[in-house]
Amino acid sequence: MKTVTLKINGTEHTAEVSPRTLLVHLIRENFSMTGTHIGCDTSSCGACTILINGRSAKSCTILAVQADGKEITTVEGLATAEGLHPIQEGFHLNHALHCGFCTAGVMMRAVELLEKNPNPTEEEIRWGISGNLCRCTGYNNIVKAIQWTSAKLQGKELPSTEPVFV
Amino acid sequence: MIAEDFKYDAPVSLADAFALLHQYGDDAKILAGGHSLIPMMKLRFAAPTHLIDINNIPGLSYIKEEDGFLKIGAMSREVDLEESEIITSKYQIFTDASKLIADPQVRNFGTIGGNLAHGDAANDHPAVMMALDAEVEISGQDGKRTVSINDFFHGFYTTAIQHGEILTEIRIPVASGNFGSAYHKAERKVGDYATAGVAAVVQIDDNGVCTKAGIGLTNVNATPMRAERSEAALVGSMLSETDIAKAAQYASEDCNPSTDLRGDIDYKRHLVGVITKRMLNRAIQRAK
Ligand SMILES: Cc1cc2nc3c(=O)[nH]c(=O)nc-3n(C[C@H](O)[C@H](O)[C@H](O)COP(=O)(O)OP(=O)(O)OC[C@H]3O[C@@H](n4cnc5c(N)ncnc54)[C@H](O)[C@@H]3O)c2cc1C
Ligand code: FES
Ligand code: FES
Repeated sequence: MKTVTLKINGTEHTAEVSPRTLLVHLIRENFSMTGTHIGCDTSSCGACTILINGRSAKSCTILAVQADGKEITTVEGLATAEGLHPIQEGFHLNHALHCGFCTAGVMMRAVELLEKNPNPTEEEIRWGISGNLCRCTGYNNIVKAIQWTSAKLQGKELPSTEPVFV
Repeated sequence: MIAEDFKYDAPVSLADAFALLHQYGDDAKILAGGHSLIPMMKLRFAAPTHLIDINNIPGLSYIKEEDGFLKIGAMSREVDLEESEIITSKYQIFTDASKLIADPQVRNFGTIGGNLAHGDAANDHPAVMMALDAEVEISGQDGKRTVSINDFFHGFYTTAIQHGEILTEIRIPVASGNFGSAYHKAERKVGDYATAGVAAVVQIDDNGVCTKAGIGLTNVNATPMRAERSEAALVGSMLSETDIAKAAQYASEDCNPSTDLRGDIDYKRHLVGVITKRMLNRAIQRAK
């Protein structure tokens, strides 16, 4: 067993884990934060995406021991006492989810994308979320939500949130 | 899916890592980005008894031009290549390749060293490194040795790296003169491994004569392969349409694809021909 100490959403946590424990299991099972999902368990779908020291990562493909000393952000860390995070607001207003299974992962990925590239083109957004699979939305409203959030974070005029039918 | 049990160490120096590799013997494996190894361990295709995580060893991640080489530290991540000014301005072949490797999350972790050390003909960097005439530095308890990329890939998942050794640096001759490079692969969906991929590099003198050509092929042979006959056909030529067509034809004839879910042999040979032609043209364009 190994002792792992890490910060999740600003709070320090410690756990005794076997080296083969995956980070996603540590987060969901040891710390009972079930916002991070497991979709494929084979590094393909992105449902398990979290931020490790600000970098989006597939937590099903990282060992819990590798996160020792790191700062983790999960979907539970997005909203504050003041309200939803702009990306959550964007997803909500633009109807960027149906079943919601992929949503936490896509939002975490979008947070890093907008951090690095505050004003992405549609193409950059689509490549930027290429590691996240959504079986419901067809992606268009996800792209729209990220565009909306990008405008909001930059203090620009907000695009319409009217649904687009294609 | 959970891997078989193993012991885990995260040394903070190369010397400690070598000592651990020696102590644990053949069943110890190095953990770099983990994005090839951990999936294999979860599927139990690999079951090392010890993992030696080299992520905490400082000094293994850098991208710089020095002593006539572009030097890439083995622990540089895919994302570091994407964000490096030297790479995006001079070695566009990496920008082409990175965009097509997996997805942003995987590229945040996967390392260039791991991509080569994995020894998988389906990975994209091997062909890129062949086209660029790279050499790799392999370090061990007794010092360092340099191996040409041509002698690096020995077979399925086997490379020139011996037990107890760590790949530490990749060196590529600095791009000079009219140098152009390009990479593309056909894939079934974004982030998939190549159905077939081609890396092309050309150097052209002021009279328009090709002085150097490198062509590497992805996933159309048991090991990453160099299209030698194509390269020979290009060097000394004026890179006319006929020269390029000949090089493309040779590459498609000389590769050794097998039929699988991504396509049959004829289709893959055809792809190699088409992509070789396109990548040569793109590299030539970039050299101008
Ligand atoms: C969903 C998904 C899609 C992918 N798609 C692609 C793709 O399209 N193209 C592509 O090229 N790759 C792809 N990959 C693989 C990815 O790029 C890997 O990150 C890369 O192949 C291995 O790098 P790593 O640092 O993760 O190595 P690891 O997984 O840590 O290691 C791989 C192997 O190399 C050994 N090793 C690693 N570093 C060293 C070193 N410095 N010295 C000695 N031995 C070492 C390890 O012991 C292990 O055997 C994909 C991966 C995933 C999960
Ligand atoms: S559960 Fe991690 S990528 Fe699908
Ligand atoms: S909303 Fe259902 S998978 Fe994306």
